[in-house]
Amino acid sequence: MTAIDPDTLSSEARRARLFTRINKADAWFKVFGLAWMTPILKAASGDNPKAQASEIWRLLGVPLLAILLFLGAWSALAPTVQTSLGAIPGPSQVWEQAVGLHEDAVRERAKEDAFYDRQDKRNADLIAEGRMDDVKERVYTGKPTYYAQIWTSIKTVFFGFLIASFIAIPLGIMAGLSPTANAAINPLIQIFKPVSPLAWLPIVTMIVSAVYATNDGMFSKSFLVSAITVTLCSLWPTLINTALGVSSIDKDLVSVSKVLKMSTYAKITKLVLPSALPLIFTGLRLSLGVGWMVLIAAEMLAQNPGLGKFVWDEFQNGSSQSLAKIMVAVFTIGIIGFLLDRVMYALQSMFTFSENR
Amino acid sequence: MMNTFKWLLASTALCATPAMAEMLDLEKDELKFGFIKLTDMAPLAVAYEQGYFEEEGLFVTLEAQANWKVLLDGVIDGQLDGAHMLAGQPIAATIGYGTQAHIITPFSMDLNGNAITVSNDIWEQMKPNVPLMDDGRPQHPISAAALAPVIESYRDRGEPFNMGMVFPVSTHNYEIRYWLAAGGLEPGYYSPDDVSGQIGAEVYLSVTPPPQMPSTMEAGTIFGYSVGEPWNQQAVFKGIGVPVITDYDMWKNNPEKVFGITAEFAEENPNTTIALTKALIRAAIWLDENDNANREEAVEILSRSEYVGADAEVIANSMTGSFEFEKGDVRPAPDFNTFFRHNATYPFYSDAIWYLTQMRRWGQIAEPQTDEWFVETAKDVYRPDIYLEAARLLVDEGMADEADFPWDSDGFKAPTPAEDIIDGIAYDGRAPNAYLESLPIGLKGTQTIVGNQIQD
Repeated sequence: MTAIDPDTLSSEARRARLFTRINKADAWFKVFGLAWMTPILKAASGDNPKAQASEIWRLLGVPLLAILLFLGAWSALAPTVQTSLGAIPGPSQVWEQAVGLHEDAVRERAKEDAFYDRQDKRNADLIAEGRMDDVKERVYTGKPTYYAQIWTSIKTVFFGFLIASFIAIPLGIMAGLSPTANAAINPLIQIFKPVSPLAWLPIVTMIVSAVYATNDGMFSKSFLVSAITVTLCSLWPTLINTALGVSSIDKDLVSVSKVLKMSTYAKITKLVLPSALPLIFTGLRLSLGVGWMVLIAAEMLAQNPGLGKFVWDEFQNGSSQSLAKIMVAVFTIGIIGFLLDRVMYALQSMFTFSENR
Repeated sequence: MMNTFKWLLASTALCATPAMAEMLDLEKDELKFGFIKLTDMAPLAVAYEQGYFEEEGLFVTLEAQANWKVLLDGVIDGQLDGAHMLAGQPIAATIGYGTQAHIITPFSMDLNGNAITVSNDIWEQMKPNVPLMDDGRPQHPISAAALAPVIESYRDRGEPFNMGMVFPVSTHNYEIRYWLAAGGLEPGYYSPDDVSGQIGAEVYLSVTPPPQMPSTMEAGTIFGYSVGEPWNQQAVFKGIGVPVITDYDMWKNNPEKVFGITAEFAEENPNTTIALTKALIRAAIWLDENDNANREEAVEILSRSEYVGADAEVIANSMTGSFEFEKGDVRPAPDFNTFFRHNATYPFYSDAIWYLTQMRRWGQIAEPQTDEWFVETAKDVYRPDIYLEAARLLVDEGMADEADFPWDSDGFKAPTPAEDIIDGIAYDGRAPNAYLESLPIGLKGTQTIVGNQIQD
């Protein structure tokens, strides 16, 4: 913004400009799920408080009230169900465990630091004794913290999702452009789409164990197994939506490409992708959602590191805190799933040209 | 700390850090060990948390496994370097029952530690058949004969009587079979074409992973189970079942878990094998020293979610010298978990032979075998030589007491006397076939299972 002499502008114009800015920002607030910011900003800058108040109520008040009602119902009903691990934990116990998990992570970090201190001391002693060959740098071998588990899961899901996208988008474009290819791919989609990740898992495990025989490669076997399972299950939404998006391109555009005698490559990059992009992104969003859901199940069954394993381990522990810890994991999974979806939505808004922007 | 102090007194070498003076030349120092969430994995957790692995120059990752099969496969295909195993696993793998792989045992992890639990409902039906003591509490050990009428009533109603155990070659499977057979009940046979182990059974045994035992019993799929701790005490705490007998009452000081590694690993990494055995022996000493003085601390370690993860009070129940049967019926059980006393860690051939006799007894070993075969197989799997080498180094370093190890043993324990065993049948590891002959129920001599009949 260039500085403008306030005297040359009436306050009216200033307000109008402020509102255009707020409206511009509104588009982004919507993307990040912060739509309730707009009426607050508008009200703050003095725009019809009454109308804004009802907006604020709709966008912020109602959701907050619903959450509060849910928490109230939960804390009232939870203690009435007695399981063999004690009563079902209410919100306060779950919060307690969330704090406990954080403290665990802090403790584990302290242990890790102590490990490295001991290692440094050992190595310093060795160097002092002139035994340079015996100096070793080793990675800490303690348990992964809760945050590390979350990070592992996120890495895995993105890895699997990227592989899936690299396979699905080209295939989808092929299927969308050529009815023959579509006829070939379609039955496979129909058959494999409904298969549960738990059915893929043993097959994937066996194949990865056989093919990826080294134990010191770039990826650990468990990581690959989880990621490939995610790939197999999250392929389909992207594939189907891409094919649909590509096949429903405006016919006039296709005619234009024929008149201009475009090469296939140019046609795909200049015409097909831009006009199919919104649907491709819809597919990607769905895929990532499916992938995240599948990953937790795969980790649970295969005992691969990540949130799924955390849940299963806690279930196996069967301590009086287990249920609350599992609930912490449930909320974590839900919140991360929501954030992943938002990230995809933000990307979609950046890359696609919709009517309103 | 104490150990280091002792070592300083004992050592003549002057060196900055005592643990490094005797460091073996390790072939591999980053190791991953698997375990199942049971209290008898304690030596592994203690060796890690007390820094014994690190003092031997080993960087160990401990990883909980989903079940025994996953764990064994992990060791065989090299994802795990070693694991806390059921004593039957290395033996079965070596003779090719299930997965074929040569696995050896340089270190036996503990004695006792299991129990058999039945659901509240079954206990109510059993209780009238159990003799009572003067104070009105049931008289222990309870024989499976008390269960016979209950099973009878199920059979009359045409319902199968199901019980759970943790693995076909697990101690728990052999123990529950031993207990049932001692009470005159048929636990069923295995044959080469039918590995369900339910041929001719009156009680149908099936596999359930230990941590899921209580929930499976609660769901009514099984009416009882044989499992290690904390899953028997857990049933008492949750109020869903009653332990009826501990394995100590069934067979005093019977061997339980072992530490298994592949023979290949031991050949390629001899020093690493000795180093890890040293760390485990030190952990076992720590667990039992000064009359279990460290058990409270051990319970705290085990209750962490990365190890066993059950509530500390549940684990403490059996680890600290008592065992609760019915709610409130707490009885002393000082040797319920024994990690070092009575040479618990020495891999005796006679222990391996007992497992082999039970495999033969129930048809997992389908063909008759000579006594020599039993001994040879035991020597293939159990490696007291590695154990003693590690123990010798520890004694030299002042970390262990010369008197605690059976240096001159030929690998056979003195025969277990009849009074130490619930059915009063003595066991001598030197005469496996004669022992099989002396058991009333089970295959013996040249008997084999054909179809679903025993053929002589």
